[in-house]
Amino acid sequence: MKRSFRFLFLMAASLMLLIMLVSCDGKDTITLNVYNWGEYISDGSEGTLDVNAAFEEYYYETYGQKVKVNYTTYASNEDMYAKLRSGSTGYDIVIPSEYMIQRMINEGMLEELDFDNIPNFEYIAPEFRNQYYDPDNLYSVPYTYGMVGIIYNTKMVDEADIGSWDLLWNEKYTGKILQFNNARDAFGTAMYYQGIDVNTKDRAQWEIAVNLLKQQKPLVQGYVMDEVFNKMKGESAAIAPYYAGDYLTMYDSNDALAFYYPEEGTNVFVDAMCIPKGSRQKNVAEAYINFMLTEEIAVANAEYIGYASPNLLVRESEDYIAYMEDWHEDAMTILYPDTASVPTQYYHMLDAETQAISNELWEQLKIESSVGDTVHVIALVIVVICTAFFLWRFILKKYRTSQY
Amino acid sequence: MKILSKTYIALILAIMYIPILVLMLFSFNSTNNTGVFTGFSFYWYQELFRSAETFAALKNTLILAVSSAVTATLIGTAASLGLHRMRSKFLRGTITSLTNIPMMNPDIVTGISMMLLFVFVGTRLGSTEKLNFWTLLIAHVTFNLPYVILNVTPKFRQMDKHLPEAAQDLGCTPVQSFFKVELPCIMPGIVTGFIMAFTLSLDDFVISYFCSGSDFQTLPILIYSMTKKEVKPDIYALSTLMIIAILALLILSNLSNGRDDGLARLHNWRSRVREKVQTRREAKGGGAK
Repeated sequence: MKRSFRFLFLMAASLMLLIMLVSCDGKDTITLNVYNWGEYISDGSEGTLDVNAAFEEYYYETYGQKVKVNYTTYASNEDMYAKLRSGSTGYDIVIPSEYMIQRMINEGMLEELDFDNIPNFEYIAPEFRNQYYDPDNLYSVPYTYGMVGIIYNTKMVDEADIGSWDLLWNEKYTGKILQFNNARDAFGTAMYYQGIDVNTKDRAQWEIAVNLLKQQKPLVQGYVMDEVFNKMKGESAAIAPYYAGDYLTMYDSNDALAFYYPEEGTNVFVDAMCIPKGSRQKNVAEAYINFMLTEEIAVANAEYIGYASPNLLVRESEDYIAYMEDWHEDAMTILYPDTASVPTQYYHMLDAETQAISNELWEQLKIESSVGDTVHVIALVIVVICTAFFLWRFILKKYRTSQY
Repeated sequence: MKILSKTYIALILAIMYIPILVLMLFSFNSTNNTGVFTGFSFYWYQELFRSAETFAALKNTLILAVSSAVTATLIGTAASLGLHRMRSKFLRGTITSLTNIPMMNPDIVTGISMMLLFVFVGTRLGSTEKLNFWTLLIAHVTFNLPYVILNVTPKFRQMDKHLPEAAQDLGCTPVQSFFKVELPCIMPGIVTGFIMAFTLSLDDFVISYFCSGSDFQTLPILIYSMTKKEVKPDIYALSTLMIIAILALLILSNLSNGRDDGLARLHNWRSRVREKVQTRREAKGGGAK
């Protein structure tokens, strides 16, 4: 009897304690809610600089105000968009990619930045200012950028075959090729290959692309996103299109991997810092953005993430160059290729109609005989056996009860 | 036949535990390679203890799991008591089915509908952060409740319904009779319900994903967001530690149960079953005659 009381008491006590733990926030501390991609900031692991802690310290020293950076993460632009769109407007900083920024600006979800509070914007390379998604550069400050290229394993792929997107369609490597598991990037590979404008609204062009992908399907080992890391590192696949920065991460574990930009041209993305509407700490958020552009911090982030930085201070930093070249001898040319040699194009936000075409064709590609007929047959047999079994039991029961 | 059944059990156990063993093995890997074991080291454990983000998420997850499980256990036990004492069979059946809905409902439906409700109410109330710890707690309590009720209700049914009457006959007030007689009888059900609610809340992703706000990120959400790049092995290390902790807890609870009243309870149960069989046989025998 006493035991049960003790148990109840313990439960109640722990509940009170936990609730106190949750609600005890200092009143004089401002909370800055940062919503970023996962693993997309130097966070103090493996001996790197903890950027958020550094900001808290810097802000306290400069303005005498305690700030707590509340850092949460998402896995895709669409996740982030859905979260903001749901009406839970607690975020002060988000870092979407360019096409999502365009959409969010169009839908009035972003706050205009006060560039007087972000003097370090001057270090952003001119080619990343006033881009199509933010023509007057009112809403966004670039954080990282990168390009898609082809990663291949030098032990399995003949050097003579590289150079173009056609490596992904090379029958010699059947079963060793990986493809993106999202419509935009997968169609992109086919469209760059054929020289089609990736932002086209013409259905015929999309169908050319989907036919190419259907043709590629028997050669492909799988449609993957982050599984690409393990597959390429573990050498279960030989060829994959992916981002340059991620190639460097893979190279870290397997130095047989190599990388090139297809000559036909490729995709470039920019992830930029923005302040969503409803932010209550706009000044602090702008100070945060400005802080991210200072040399030490930007270098720490660039070294941690491994993606290219649009910040000129980073590109000219000797420490950074030494660090990257120690990582991979050609790292600087991989991350910052001569823009004249690789034609690049942004993905734009597709209008609803084109989006529908893309979805429809993508479904077509993915559904088409992706499970073999045997699976269907087995499933059918199981269903038939189950039905027969229950029917038989039912009849038996009826029969038995009728006997009495 | 014996060999067959043994291999069958071995196979099932292997399928259940090999993934966990592989995860444990790779948490001791010296590099972040998941294909090849490059060498034994505690590197990722050191990394884990340096990662403030992971620890914040772990703390959040534990706070949420404990508080939602406790709340759900309290409410669920009260609900089972109410259901048990209900006179109308129809009403009892209806309410039982209604409380089971969150369990049958796909997580994603529960998650989205809860989120819509919270945002709607939050907008009406004019709050700035519509999703926060409290909304997450409400959502977790909601999906935990049916599991607690499901575990506690049978205990009420198993309990001799004359016991509380006898207690009151002997001078207990109704409240006393509940705490002194009924509660100890249903305690095993409450504990099981609590543990189930705790584990369910601990590893829930879908509902937490929709109902969490900017200030409260749980571990499953953090791990999911890592898939933009790759999940780092310090998460394997964390999982290994959690598995070991749970294993230790289970062994401890089994040991302590075995020592004080496990055997006695088993004995009791066997004699009760025997009695039941006896009475049933007698009843049947009478019917045939």
